[in-house]
Amino acid sequence: MTANRYRCRLHQAAHERRLEMHPLTWWLRDDGERVGLDEYVAKDGYAVVRQVLGYQRPDEVIETLKAANIRGRGGGGFSAGVKWGLTLKGEDMPRGYLVCNADEMEPGTFKDRLLLEQAPHLLLEGMILGGYANDSCFGYIFLRGEYVTAARAITRAIEEARAAGWLGRDIAGSGFDFDIALHTGAGRYICGEETALINSLEGQRANPRAKPPFPGQSGAWGKPTVVNNVETLCNVPAVLRFGAEWYQGLSGERSGDGGTKLYGVSGKAHRTGLWELPIGTTAGELLDRAGGMRDGRSLKAWLPGGGSTGFLLPEHLDLALDFDTIGKTGSRLGTGLITLVADDQSMVALVRNLEKFFARESCGWCTPCRDGLPWTVKLLRALERGEGRPGDIELLEELAEDQGPGKTFCAHAPGAAMPLASAIEYFRDEFERGIARPGKDDVVPDGPLSTSEA
Amino acid sequence: MNENAHLLASDGDGFILDPEDLRAIEHERAHYEQPQAACIEALKIVQRRHGWVPDGAIVAIAETLGIGPAEVEGVATFYSLIFRQPVGRHVILICDSSSCFLVGYDTLREALSSHLGIGFGQTTADDRFTLLPVCCLGACDGGPALMIDDDTYGPVAAEDVAALLEDYP
Repeated sequence: MTANRYRCRLHQAAHERRLEMHPLTWWLRDDGERVGLDEYVAKDGYAVVRQVLGYQRPDEVIETLKAANIRGRGGGGFSAGVKWGLTLKGEDMPRGYLVCNADEMEPGTFKDRLLLEQAPHLLLEGMILGGYANDSCFGYIFLRGEYVTAARAITRAIEEARAAGWLGRDIAGSGFDFDIALHTGAGRYICGEETALINSLEGQRANPRAKPPFPGQSGAWGKPTVVNNVETLCNVPAVLRFGAEWYQGLSGERSGDGGTKLYGVSGKAHRTGLWELPIGTTAGELLDRAGGMRDGRSLKAWLPGGGSTGFLLPEHLDLALDFDTIGKTGSRLGTGLITLVADDQSMVALVRNLEKFFARESCGWCTPCRDGLPWTVKLLRALERGEGRPGDIELLEELAEDQGPGKTFCAHAPGAAMPLASAIEYFRDEFERGIARPGKDDVVPDGPLSTSEA
Repeated sequence: MNENAHLLASDGDGFILDPEDLRAIEHERAHYEQPQAACIEALKIVQRRHGWVPDGAIVAIAETLGIGPAEVEGVATFYSLIFRQPVGRHVILICDSSSCFLVGYDTLREALSSHLGIGFGQTTADDRFTLLPVCCLGACDGGPALMIDDDTYGPVAAEDVAALLEDYP
């Protein structure tokens, strides 16, 4: 038997989805094939472009977005409307760029892939509306190089949209000109950081840039640049169609945040995959939908939204998966795709795996990240082998502190610090078991900055 | 000494960009305000033809885009999917991120390694396969996952490895 071709799965069939309840995935087909232009238009796709361009002023569009409070679905949670409002525009400004961040590489995250492969026109429609609101002259979809199926789907969708007049000059007779190009990457997680992404788009090494100036002031080629995640942009058409109040109402009493969220489950669950649910759905409900843990195991810990979020415990399963609620635990919602850890799995090994990822993916620009992460990996490896030294756990805590927010050039190292600090906080005994007992055959480790094993 | 000195001094070792590749690079370049933005795509275009990016191509791309070869080399060495040394006919990228790690990445890596007789960064003696780790593949609901060339597989069991590789002669 040959191995399975991977295919991204939404666990809700077409007959279970309604546009007013599932604005992101209502468009999708049960066979998982790309929704082409004809089908998209038959489902009333691009109607919002016709409805908005030339009929609403860009600032009116932005006001609606602000009222809806779409919080950045790449994991930052910053209001898309506020971001658009802060982007410089006007007669005395050069027209800038709208960039879709489709560089999905956060460990445990596979949601944008679904939209990119299967609903590329929804993304294009969101981008056209975003371009109009921000007076952007051109849009880029920055797609990770490994998303080959998505690249084909987007390329075809751009050609179709251009041929039908949804891209190009004078879109829908509005006088607004806008076009989109696909830019594919060549690896490196750091490209997902928005200023590193802009450097990469410009054909440079993906080192982050200092902020301020923010991209909305000076981004790609010094022009005002808006960078939004795929899922964020895919929310825009429905918000402009049904209004901010409708969007806020989608989550009901569950959450102060509005809209739906593409939630997902990976790790040791019985049934992994994706669901579009009201934002504020709990992890417990996701675990139920996933049919519980695999192989009769029980849940030990979980990551709420990727490798750069802090671990949570079974006792947190009842919390709403939204930005503020998860933020209050000290973790972050991140991408909202949860990773489940079973009771027989080692937290030390898992954290070592995560930190090794962050060490490898560091761009090397600033010292706490470049040197701190390999050092962290080295200490974790020693603990994993039972060769840790007294003080190593405290040293790891110190390293996590020194890689925290405000102490590094970008959010990469603070992201790495989150799972480390939380794992030590909740599972300290597992780390302590990695400290070598005195009197045994002590292995003398190398100096702390030797990174040969990272 | 500047480690790029050999590139700076080189005239490209006679490497000439294929006319079709040159057209593709020019096409990409038209999407951007500055030619340098086409640099990564140019490297990928050359790599699609040659399997990797030889020194001469660095110089040729630099000349085509009107930027320095050290600039192109800096970019080429930063990105993990640009290969500056020859690779096998097929490149296997195994996802080693957390979700796959939790569901059997180690077993899969060992199965692949022992089947092929190579570790990460190595190429089989018959130049058929190169084995590399990759950043979370975004196939976490199908872990452990891997890519071979443009194809993504998952979940891949250790016992599937031999049959799977048969499809890549």
